[in-house]
Amino acid sequence: MNSGIRFDGVSVAYGGTTVLDGLDLTVEPGEVMALLGPSGSGKTTALRAVAGFVRPASGRVFIGGQDVTALPPYRRGIGMVVQQYALFPHLRVDANVAFGLKARKAPKAEIPARVAEALEMTGMAAYARRYPRELSGGQQQRVAIARALAIRPRVLLLDEPLSALDAQLRSGMLAELARLHRELPDVSILYVTHDQVEALTLADRIAVMDKARLQDCGTPQDLYRRPRTEFTASFVGNANLLPVTVGADGVAFAGAELKVPTDGVAAGASATLCVRPHLVGLGEGPNALRGRITEVQWRGSTHRLYVEVGGHRVKADVRELRETPALGTEVTLHFAPEDAVLLGAGVADG
Amino acid sequence: MASAVRLAAPAATDQEPGPSPRTSRSIPAWVWALPPVAVLALVFLYPLALVVQESLAPGAYADVFASASFRDALVTTVWLAVASTAGCLVLGFALALVIAFVPFPGGKAVAKFIDVFLSFPSFLITLALLFLYGTVGMANGVWTDVTGDATGPFQFLTTPWGVLLAEITYFTPFVMRPLLAAFSQLETAQLEVASSLGARPLRIIRQVILPEALPALAAGGSLVLVMCLNEFGIVLFTGAKGVTTLPMLVYSKAILESDYAAACVVAVVNVALSVGLYVLYRGVSRRAGA
Repeated sequence: MNSGIRFDGVSVAYGGTTVLDGLDLTVEPGEVMALLGPSGSGKTTALRAVAGFVRPASGRVFIGGQDVTALPPYRRGIGMVVQQYALFPHLRVDANVAFGLKARKAPKAEIPARVAEALEMTGMAAYARRYPRELSGGQQQRVAIARALAIRPRVLLLDEPLSALDAQLRSGMLAELARLHRELPDVSILYVTHDQVEALTLADRIAVMDKARLQDCGTPQDLYRRPRTEFTASFVGNANLLPVTVGADGVAFAGAELKVPTDGVAAGASATLCVRPHLVGLGEGPNALRGRITEVQWRGSTHRLYVEVGGHRVKADVRELRETPALGTEVTLHFAPEDAVLLGAGVADG
Repeated sequence: MASAVRLAAPAATDQEPGPSPRTSRSIPAWVWALPPVAVLALVFLYPLALVVQESLAPGAYADVFASASFRDALVTTVWLAVASTAGCLVLGFALALVIAFVPFPGGKAVAKFIDVFLSFPSFLITLALLFLYGTVGMANGVWTDVTGDATGPFQFLTTPWGVLLAEITYFTPFVMRPLLAAFSQLETAQLEVASSLGARPLRIIRQVILPEALPALAAGGSLVLVMCLNEFGIVLFTGAKGVTTLPMLVYSKAILESDYAAACVVAVVNVALSVGLYVLYRGVSRRAGA
């Protein structure tokens, strides 16, 4: 099967407002690419450009090496699953799943078997004769996935598919999607989400988007451990972003000298130091920062501490404390040198 | 009505539940139903009863049912109403589809105009058609100016086809209104997913939009059918001499021939036809879940 998606300088504008700006991105055959970003970042527009629901103002979209920019949606060979399921309410589950097969004029004799196969794959075989209104949200989403898979698409577009589900169902469906992809290794998946957990869990690579532009792209581990931009560091993992001045063998922050890798950044330059909250410890240690607690949040297995250090707020996620510290308490935080990443541009307050 | 009486007490006092005011407790609920029932009886039920009573004059039904003019009027009324309804359903569905799903400048204004159109009197539309396609209307005027002929080719307005055109023109918005409401409830995502699955526009209309629109079509179609059965102004204004419908027959029997008994018989038949269709509509719409 010839799959894979390529955006070649794709821009989309609505009434003079650019909602997708020069997107260059390739989804390899069989790859799961998550488009991650906040609302209005352009991620759904990118997906709709692949589906054919928006016409790019400039640039080309390729599916499986074929330029599909001018093709109508029904000729693109895609499967699509959306947040609100979009099942046809007047059709039973099996008829919903068969819809695409009939539309594509699949041989009549084949249709029942392919419907059964898709329903089996999604664990919905027992519900074939039900109407959508007789199913729960999670079951409806499974049917929507079965309907998309039944046509054996080259690419599968998932637009916030789990957003309408509660947390427990979402977690289960995430595992189901991962399993489905293992069973269908040739299908390229473009997965639009604003939920970093979904992206980190499912994606082979993540494209981080903001303000209609691609900000960063890499494997989940890369983006999490070595973010290249402040936006990525902040959006993926909500990192501490500390404004620092680069020194000879470290950086200066709020009067403290911190030993971190400077990766060749010139001494004297302003930069941003990225440290993940869960990598910040409470108590004495390397790279100690002293400050006062301004807020404490209990999160079950952890406490999040907000500590003001030299006028900047530093977040630390520590294992649940036996006694919750009082606001205003002076504490010392620390982090290991190898847990910090120096970002070249800009200064932002975490 | 009883619940209205009970609900009135807390609203008036805005206090914790307690004994109802004396007036609410002492006046039985059915008393509140008397004024509207009395008005209804006076302005509608009593005249209707008089019509039915008049129609029961000895031999009136037999005479009317035996007359060719009644049978012709009945056939004309039914076929005009059915054809107009069919035309309104087809045209209304197509126009509502365009307004709801094909973005074009001024689309919202057109949708709002549909509401305004519903308030127009039926004779206004017929008058407009007379100006356009009447014997001395614009279309024939342009034709005679261009060709030099003495008369133009558009002479259909005084035939049943003219009445049909006028009724379709006037009643189509009555189908569009519920359809546009139904289309506004339809998830755009359903259409997009259908398209991504390989369905072309006609299949989407047939298999996704139409099933969702059926209750609205049933509602609009039934309304138009009943209104067409009772339509008087359009038939009168087109001046179609050969077109006699039941309401026109009532008019000619009562006003022109002073045969009130026959007029009342035709009126009762007309009312029975309308009520029968309404009952049928309720049954169908209950089945369709409307």
